[in-house]
Amino acid sequence: MAKKIHDTPMLDELEKGPWPSFISGFKRLRDQHPDPRINETVGSLLGQLEHSYETRKGYWKGGTVSVFGYGGGIIPRFSEVADAFPESKEFHTLRVQPPAGNYYTTDMLNQLANSWEKYGSGLITFHGQTGNIMFIGTTTENTQHFFDEINEYGWDLGGAGPCVRTAMSCVGAARCEQSCANEHAIQRWLVNNFTDDVHRPALPYKFKFKVSGCPNDCQNAIERSDFAVIGTWRDDMKIDQDEVKKFIEAKGRQYVIDNVITRCPTQCMTLNDDDTLDVNNHDCVRCMHCLNVMNKALSPGDDKGVTILIGGKRTLKIGDLMGTVIVPFKKLETEEDYESLVELAEEVIDFFAENALEHERTGEMIERIGLVNFLEGIGVEVDPHMVNNPRQSSYVRMDGWDEEAEKWFARKAEQAAG
Amino acid sequence: MALEEMRQPIESGCPDGFQYMHPVMRKNFGQWKYHEHPRPGVLRHVAHSGDEIWTVKAGTQRILDLFTLRKLTEIGDKYGEGYVRFTIRSNIEYMVADEAKVQPLIDALEEAGFVVGGTANSVAMISHTQGWLHCDIPGTDASGVVKAMMDELIDEFKNCNMPNRVHITTSCCQINCGGQGDIAINVQHTKPPKIAHDLVANVCERPSVVARCPVAAIRPAMVNGKPSLEVDEKKCICCGACFPPCPPMQINDPEHTKLAIWVGGNHSNARGKPTFQKLVAAGIPNNPPRWPEATAIVKQILRTYKEDAKDWERINDWIERIGWPRFFEKTGLPFTKYHIDNWRGARASLNASTHIRF
Repeated sequence: MAKKIHDTPMLDELEKGPWPSFISGFKRLRDQHPDPRINETVGSLLGQLEHSYETRKGYWKGGTVSVFGYGGGIIPRFSEVADAFPESKEFHTLRVQPPAGNYYTTDMLNQLANSWEKYGSGLITFHGQTGNIMFIGTTTENTQHFFDEINEYGWDLGGAGPCVRTAMSCVGAARCEQSCANEHAIQRWLVNNFTDDVHRPALPYKFKFKVSGCPNDCQNAIERSDFAVIGTWRDDMKIDQDEVKKFIEAKGRQYVIDNVITRCPTQCMTLNDDDTLDVNNHDCVRCMHCLNVMNKALSPGDDKGVTILIGGKRTLKIGDLMGTVIVPFKKLETEEDYESLVELAEEVIDFFAENALEHERTGEMIERIGLVNFLEGIGVEVDPHMVNNPRQSSYVRMDGWDEEAEKWFARKAEQAAG
Repeated sequence: MALEEMRQPIESGCPDGFQYMHPVMRKNFGQWKYHEHPRPGVLRHVAHSGDEIWTVKAGTQRILDLFTLRKLTEIGDKYGEGYVRFTIRSNIEYMVADEAKVQPLIDALEEAGFVVGGTANSVAMISHTQGWLHCDIPGTDASGVVKAMMDELIDEFKNCNMPNRVHITTSCCQINCGGQGDIAINVQHTKPPKIAHDLVANVCERPSVVARCPVAAIRPAMVNGKPSLEVDEKKCICCGACFPPCPPMQINDPEHTKLAIWVGGNHSNARGKPTFQKLVAAGIPNNPPRWPEATAIVKQILRTYKEDAKDWERINDWIERIGWPRFFEKTGLPFTKYHIDNWRGARASLNASTHIRF
């Protein structure tokens, strides 16, 4: 039987222009792939997508699909217009966790492609917004077969629904001189401690870990994760004065004044008459700007660690929130350091599980109950690094002041004693 | 199949990336000294050991078909060294230790239709969501918007002529999966949901739907003798939050679902603290297949930024320097009552000073 080719005049417009066209890719699968399961599914998908373009509406509905033993990891999609486009009536996506840092060999990509060719539509995205490899489009039955096959050679499903989600980290120490952390270790210590919470959604809502190796935050961790781990350092930044001189020679003194010295958010840099550079490291907030501009001359210090910010999320329901500082600095060198990081994450997730309302993110819960109640819940002491400024309103009951002040001095004495 | 015959999953979680990493990167892990940017799309990282790794970055269509994926791996085998990674914005990066491989790799990628670029102060690949292709609640498509827009911005991807990098994002609903960007093109609904009252009782868990509304505009009601929900349309902000838990509350509309453009979102801590994007334009038609009206506004904003911003200023830095009145003046975009925030915390966005630029 000749397969049905849907007319796609609107989608055809997306084959024009110089950027690679996903529609041309779909058509290659439809027209050139020998397996009817693939060419018919994608042909049908093109028909449904054209229908969406014509009517300006989506036609997928969710459902319940998972693999044996798990409760999530699949985005089920059933077509609402299956009568017209029957071959793509079941078109589920498998979310698969990428390796930390998104590294692949071409051999492994080919192996994944071969498995997907056996069971799926042939469409793949590296990666979705949460960070999963998206194997887009298969039937309920083949979801299980595909997972069984790739799970045997090291790949596991990510999260979908109210659960711990797939984590992400930046390119990191593997290829970046700004990295102050082992992003790979942090990501895997954290998310792999919660595989049960990834695979069996039972939290109030989603919970995301993201890791960036430095405050440039290429992974967008502060803005889009519930638990952001960002590399930083607390000793002096390193200055190679010879490289400073070379930079000034190449770019000019005015360039350095306009683009480095005056752009420092805390005005902590001085360009001396002899073209050396001084930094007041106590005023430096580790914003990274000068290191980004004078990449060869300036580097992070040696006393590296991480800052942890909690509560970032997108718009639904109370509006976008950034994560806020919960741990200003934490060393991550020994196994005990990593264990205590995981313990903190466990405290946070346990508190979230017990106290958040249904469909409430961690940041929204903190907004509702106040940061201090959250800190007490997870056993973290207050710290002035957590705020932009102290309270502005006098409308608060403060009869515990003396005890709180004593706690502060006791903690300070303890820190001083080492 | 009987339960005992089902295969138990191996809960291996996130795989170790080291096994897929270029040997030079494994060897020099945490030991990199500096990097250079010899040309758009190429990075040269130098380690303290003196070792070098070269990276060639290329943009793709993101939704890859098997043929395209195999073409990418074939290029990696033939011209690269078999090691790749994907960036957060779905570009592919090839890592090679041998500089001599860089140009042939670029040539092979361009020959195959991929676009080398996206580094440093370029317009990076637009990060995008699922849209009509696969999402269950989308107001628009994502792949199509991105394709149409990248066709027009390709020269800015291939070159590094912007004051600083520009990250553009899209989102197909107001949940904003696309996140924060220097420029964000997001769906903005303009009318309350249309309710299929006959279906609500069977499909929706009504108390959850009531709880989901950010402005408490939804209440239970009996309609035509059946339990349903009703929306106080004076309160409704048309956000669509009720639609995912209750598909009979259809928010998407071919005419009234519009696009809005936001600017100044910045994840980085460089210079100022990270910032959220701010509304600059709305009421833009959701106009497949190529969304020309949205692209025209994005290009207008980019042109103004490129002409007016100083080196290293991201869009938020630039606007902070010149002020919002001048942003609207220079871009020619109208300033309306909708630009003045009335959500929680809105007072912090008001100018309580005499700081006025003339």
